[in-house]
Amino acid sequence: MAVNYNAKEEADGHTSGVGVAGGGAAGGAGKSRKPDNTAFKQQRLPAWQPILTAGTVLPAFFIIGLIFIPIGIGIFVTSNNIREYEIDYTGTDSSSPCNKCLNVSWNSTPPCTCTINFTLDQPFETNVFMYYGLSNFYQNHRRYVKSRDDSQLNGDNSSLLNPSKECEPYRTSENKPIAPCGAIANSMFNDTLELFHIDNETRIPITLNKKGIAWWTDKNVKFRNPFGTTNNLTALFQGTTKPVNWPKPVYMLDSEQDNNGFINEDFIVWMRTAALPTFRKLYRLIERKNNLQPTLQAGKYSLDITYNYPVYSFDGRKRMILSTISWMGGKNPFLGIAYITVGSICFFLGVVLLVIHHKYGNRNNSADIPN
Amino acid sequence: MEFSINQEIWLRLWSIWCAGEEKRVGTRTVFVGHRPVSETDAYVEQKFCDNRIVSSKYTVWNFLPKNLFEQFRRIANFYFLIIFLVQVIVDTPTSPVTSGLPLFFVIIVTAIKQGYEDWLRHRADKEVNKSSVFIVENAKQVKKHSEKIKVGDIVEVKADETFPCDLIFLASSNDDGTCYVTTASLDGESNFKTHYAVRDTTGLRTDNDIDSLTATIECEQPQPDLYKFVGRINVYRSNQEPVARSLGPENLLLKGSTLKNTKTIYGVAVYTGMETKMALNYQGKSQKRSAVEKSINAFLIVYLCILVSKATVCTTLKYIWQNNPFNDEPWYNQKTKKEKETFKILRMFTDFLSFMVLFNFIIPVSMYVTVEMQKFLGSFFIAWDKEMYDEEIKEGALVNTSDLNEELGQVEYVFTDKTGTLTENSMKFIECCIDGHKYKGGISEVDGFSHTDGPLKYYGKAEKCREELFLRALCLCHTVQIKEGDNVDGLIVNQERSTYISSSPDEIALVKGAKKYGFTFLGHEADFMKVQNQKNEIEKYQLLHVLNFDPVRRRMSVIVKTSTGKFLLFCKGADSSIFPRVQQDEIHQTKVHVERNAMDGYRTLCVAFKELTQEDYKKMNEQLSEAKMALQDREEKMARIFDDIETDMHLIGATAVEDRLQEHAAETIEALQTAGMKVWVLTGDKMETAKSTCYASRLFQTNTELLELTTKAMGNSDRKEDRLHELLLEYHKKLVQDFPKNSGKLKRSWTASQEYGLIIDGSTLSLILNPSQDSSSSNYKSIFLQICLKCTAVLCCRMAPLQKAQIVRMVKNTKGNPITLSIGDGANDVSMILEAHVGIGIKGKEGRQAARNSDYAVPRFKHLRKLLLAHGHLYYVRIAHLVQYFFYKNLCFILPQFLYQFFCGFSQQPLYDAAYLTMYNICFTSLPILAYSLLEQHINIETLTSDPRLYMKISDNAMLQWKPFLYWTFLGAFEGLVFFFGVYFLFQNSSLEDNGKVFGNWTFGTIVFTILVFTVTLKLALDTRFWTWMNHLVIWGSLAFYVFFSFFWGGIIWPFLKQQRMYFVFAHMVTSVSTWLAIVLLIFISLFPEILLVVFKNAKRKNHQKKLSNRKESDSLSSRPSFRPLLLRTFSDESNV
Repeated sequence: MAVNYNAKEEADGHTSGVGVAGGGAAGGAGKSRKPDNTAFKQQRLPAWQPILTAGTVLPAFFIIGLIFIPIGIGIFVTSNNIREYEIDYTGTDSSSPCNKCLNVSWNSTPPCTCTINFTLDQPFETNVFMYYGLSNFYQNHRRYVKSRDDSQLNGDNSSLLNPSKECEPYRTSENKPIAPCGAIANSMFNDTLELFHIDNETRIPITLNKKGIAWWTDKNVKFRNPFGTTNNLTALFQGTTKPVNWPKPVYMLDSEQDNNGFINEDFIVWMRTAALPTFRKLYRLIERKNNLQPTLQAGKYSLDITYNYPVYSFDGRKRMILSTISWMGGKNPFLGIAYITVGSICFFLGVVLLVIHHKYGNRNNSADIPN
Repeated sequence: MEFSINQEIWLRLWSIWCAGEEKRVGTRTVFVGHRPVSETDAYVEQKFCDNRIVSSKYTVWNFLPKNLFEQFRRIANFYFLIIFLVQVIVDTPTSPVTSGLPLFFVIIVTAIKQGYEDWLRHRADKEVNKSSVFIVENAKQVKKHSEKIKVGDIVEVKADETFPCDLIFLASSNDDGTCYVTTASLDGESNFKTHYAVRDTTGLRTDNDIDSLTATIECEQPQPDLYKFVGRINVYRSNQEPVARSLGPENLLLKGSTLKNTKTIYGVAVYTGMETKMALNYQGKSQKRSAVEKSINAFLIVYLCILVSKATVCTTLKYIWQNNPFNDEPWYNQKTKKEKETFKILRMFTDFLSFMVLFNFIIPVSMYVTVEMQKFLGSFFIAWDKEMYDEEIKEGALVNTSDLNEELGQVEYVFTDKTGTLTENSMKFIECCIDGHKYKGGISEVDGFSHTDGPLKYYGKAEKCREELFLRALCLCHTVQIKEGDNVDGLIVNQERSTYISSSPDEIALVKGAKKYGFTFLGHEADFMKVQNQKNEIEKYQLLHVLNFDPVRRRMSVIVKTSTGKFLLFCKGADSSIFPRVQQDEIHQTKVHVERNAMDGYRTLCVAFKELTQEDYKKMNEQLSEAKMALQDREEKMARIFDDIETDMHLIGATAVEDRLQEHAAETIEALQTAGMKVWVLTGDKMETAKSTCYASRLFQTNTELLELTTKAMGNSDRKEDRLHELLLEYHKKLVQDFPKNSGKLKRSWTASQEYGLIIDGSTLSLILNPSQDSSSSNYKSIFLQICLKCTAVLCCRMAPLQKAQIVRMVKNTKGNPITLSIGDGANDVSMILEAHVGIGIKGKEGRQAARNSDYAVPRFKHLRKLLLAHGHLYYVRIAHLVQYFFYKNLCFILPQFLYQFFCGFSQQPLYDAAYLTMYNICFTSLPILAYSLLEQHINIETLTSDPRLYMKISDNAMLQWKPFLYWTFLGAFEGLVFFFGVYFLFQNSSLEDNGKVFGNWTFGTIVFTILVFTVTLKLALDTRFWTWMNHLVIWGSLAFYVFFSFFWGGIIWPFLKQQRMYFVFAHMVTSVSTWLAIVLLIFISLFPEILLVVFKNAKRKNHQKKLSNRKESDSLSSRPSFRPLLLRTFSDESNV
């Protein structure tokens, strides 16, 4: 950038400031009084006067291009190194094992189960994250997004028994307040996914860690079980009823005390509404056991699904995703490609414009623009 | 009774012309002291308004409703109120707080401001209304509040008090029944004016005496003209016929003026309270609106259309999308009972309203606030400018309205007065001629009564008695008064301190001139004027009648009686009005002098006299007394009588008074012309004088071809109109038809091959504008207009005030509605100042009326240069940028929200959190643009002032045309798309943290919003060419504040919020590297085209500048000769005519 720093002779420029602006009405200001000779009032504050010229910007383009392209390549490579495996287990295809469960309803007993076998061609070396993905599911619909009561979820006892109006029509059931109320909670994803490694026809279950999938702040601050004298959740949730679509009440979500009730992590994850109608949510973690073996070896696997969640009625899809994670998160080719593209354009434009600039405008040095 | 409105308005000190047309009918009768005139006549109590002045608009009770009503009458406020109400009534996506908070902030701030202003007015009113006055009741003085004065009350006023209402002057402590008054607070004239008591009541100097007075006063109904009053007083004496005396403005003491040099006076109230002339004059000026404001409204309509169409599109698509039942109501998202029960039409309507509410931020409340603030704060810089401060009058520029700042950068036509505006209006007696002999005085001049200095140069000599007669005439024919110097030590009344004061500087110059030749005017003593002659004898003349100067008659006359008993009429006036009234054989010698003097740019006056016989005088005196008794049109009647008597006078000589050009007037005019403005001079002066001033001020230049449309050019009088039409057609052919190809360019190009100047005078103009009977003449009006618009400079001389306004209006209403600016200093310029888009007053010597009625007032004409070229230019650029930026930043703010609807089932789900929606315009992005719009100097002030051509860059509202508007709109749309889809693609995989956890919809919105705030602020940073520490502070401060606020807003579980949507969203966002990378990338992409464009523009400008500087060099080679030889040239040209 061509820079002219024209510090004007006035030394008191900085002291005058806005404070002076308060004095005097517009009309009376000048009356029989000589205006103050301050830099501010005379509009002569020292100022930096940058001018973008080809001479200053084109090198900047070069530099930006030179920075962006490597970053882009880095991101792209990182993203490509991420292993990701995705299975659609909705069962719309009649050949799919889950096809039988397609029209499952909420309260079908016994639950419909199906098993899908798949093969991983390459091993997943690092920690593996298991996601479930839904499509055409409008978690960002306004009516849906607002249908929750955060103070109830925060453990407020009065809200527990008297949930917010926003929860309608999932506010009460059989004249009892629903806990947790609202459409989001009511429609909580309740398929159970289990993963087995098939090694010589034996199914070795893979340990799926269900803790550590929600934001720490959500789990520890935003979501709280109702407060009471006892630790017995059943007692604490006394007087409430379960959401209509749930098979069991909220205090029976998990056997572990610190993952039960409102602070059940599956529940917390579900409650963070997705931005777009096609989304994925973290389901389980598969931790790497030791350094000798990859977390998931290449080979055959089978996915056991307890198919409870109906999506076919709204033309939705369900997926199970296995993914490793890098420093930049999950697999995302967009950023890398975008960086490379923008960097290249910058670089290219820098070259082209520099040629033009040198051909047509090299007589004047760019810095001496009068102002 | 016949008189035309025209004539009435032509009156000399003609103030509020609009009110003059509205003639109040009827008279009122006032019973002095509320005493019935006789026992038989029952005293009829008349209803007049009381003397309470109410300038306040509100009372405690009606403030709230009235103020709110007035605020919501503004379209914008009303719109926001509607939006707010919709939000309250209908279930809308954003809470009413988001739009209610800014709206109520604006409303409350405005209400507080207006309330405070009104409180000040209340206080001022109270001060006036509760001030104590003394009323004479039953021969006793009663102290009362001023507001209690009723019409008919006799009021006593002491020295240095202001009059509490309009009073008829009954008696004063002075024996001669006079008092001195200054009307400084009314019209700014600080000289003392003498007012006269009614002759029959002057003796009533005590409370008892005055209480014995039985009289009625008949006068006209209140009217606002300060200088007009007609009335009659009937004084009843016991058992005698009532004596009737006429009352004129000299008998009326106006509320607001101050009693000076007189101990006490008695007066009877005739007009009180809101009916006083002062109150009637405070009717507000009509609101002028700037072109920028009109552009804003046009853009507003475009954005309103965008808003409505967005809402319509969304509503339509929503119902199409919802046709599919599993989209409308999937099992996981059931409708509420209420929703199910509403009718579909109603639901669609509320959906439409909801979308409107969701997108309503596209039209921001804050823009109006920011624009107002910018204008208000910005106008301080004009008043603060020390370069526009004048040491002589110790005043700087004055800003009467801040609404028109930017209009100063848009001026296309400048209408300027000559006297006092282009010229100094400090008159200097240069020379005189007596019977054709030239007398030139010494140069040095001292204020006051110093003795004559140096011998006089004589160029031949007239007879001694003629000489003396001439000088006596100068000493007697005027309205000059002597102001005693302040008696500092109280002992010595120092004569040297006395100064002449008069409303006309010419007269002072003349009286001083006479003094140089040995005749000193010593002042008035009762009816006598004292003159000290060359032999140091004191001569006394009885002053019988005076008819003041007025612009219609263009002369003044006095009738005096000498000590020897002769009656003399002296008349002084413009040559055109004197020559027809003197004996023709005397004219010739003097005429040569007068014309030569006029050519040199001097103001000339001819002096004539006539000796009246006893009978003539007697007859005339009777007529005059009769005329003076008349209740209406007294001036006209008196003028007619004087007209009759001012015939066959003897011409004695002529005077020449120099009115110097103001400092830098020529340079200023040249600069204005270079800046593409057309300068028209509208003056009441003679053509020759005006023309030479125009040459001197470089309005006309050597190569300017002059087209004349004057009485002189028209030739003999009977075929005037035909000749005029011929001339018009000829000029039209020359200018318009022969240059058809140039017509577009000629308007503002500074390299026009041939420049034309037009000279027209008042009578010709009225021939064109008010044709006699010819119906085809209206055609000539447009021809005339076309000619005018083609000329670079136009001189209109012999203009009446109304004609000045007519010209301005004519130009104002031409095609394209050019922005006009009027500048003037006198009361006769008020009409054009009010008429033009921007009215500028010069704080001149002819009182303060022009400055009071103007939008801006500057001390000198040269200040116009900086005011227009620097301030006007900057204000325009600033406000234009402000407006465009506001629309832009709100478009790219709302566009992602609109796009998001396509991905959330058109459910009106807001993309951003409510806090962001509310604070975006108030906190995050408001201060940088405000600072920019106050401080930006894209070009230095010095450069702007020194290179007037830069002014052309912004002509024709260049920055607010549709093209730049579209550019900004596309930029906003592009950035909105980048923001949304960039983040959309990023969110194809929403696990962006290195621990695999996912982000939700609020993170999505926050990322978009972060990019938005940074981009919009950095875009402004890119546009800023003048980075003061304040810009740095607000730009980086705003960004820092945004980050800080976001942490804070997400860092706490807010107990008053229903939903904790933002809890730690921002904090999680910044821990994700991908998000950082995306934010940087998207900001860069958004700004990329802008950076490219700036580079290209700069490259172009550089080339342009190179070309310009080349041209400048070639220009300076062919620079014109200085203006002195030029004057000589015109003089020689002229003498050939």
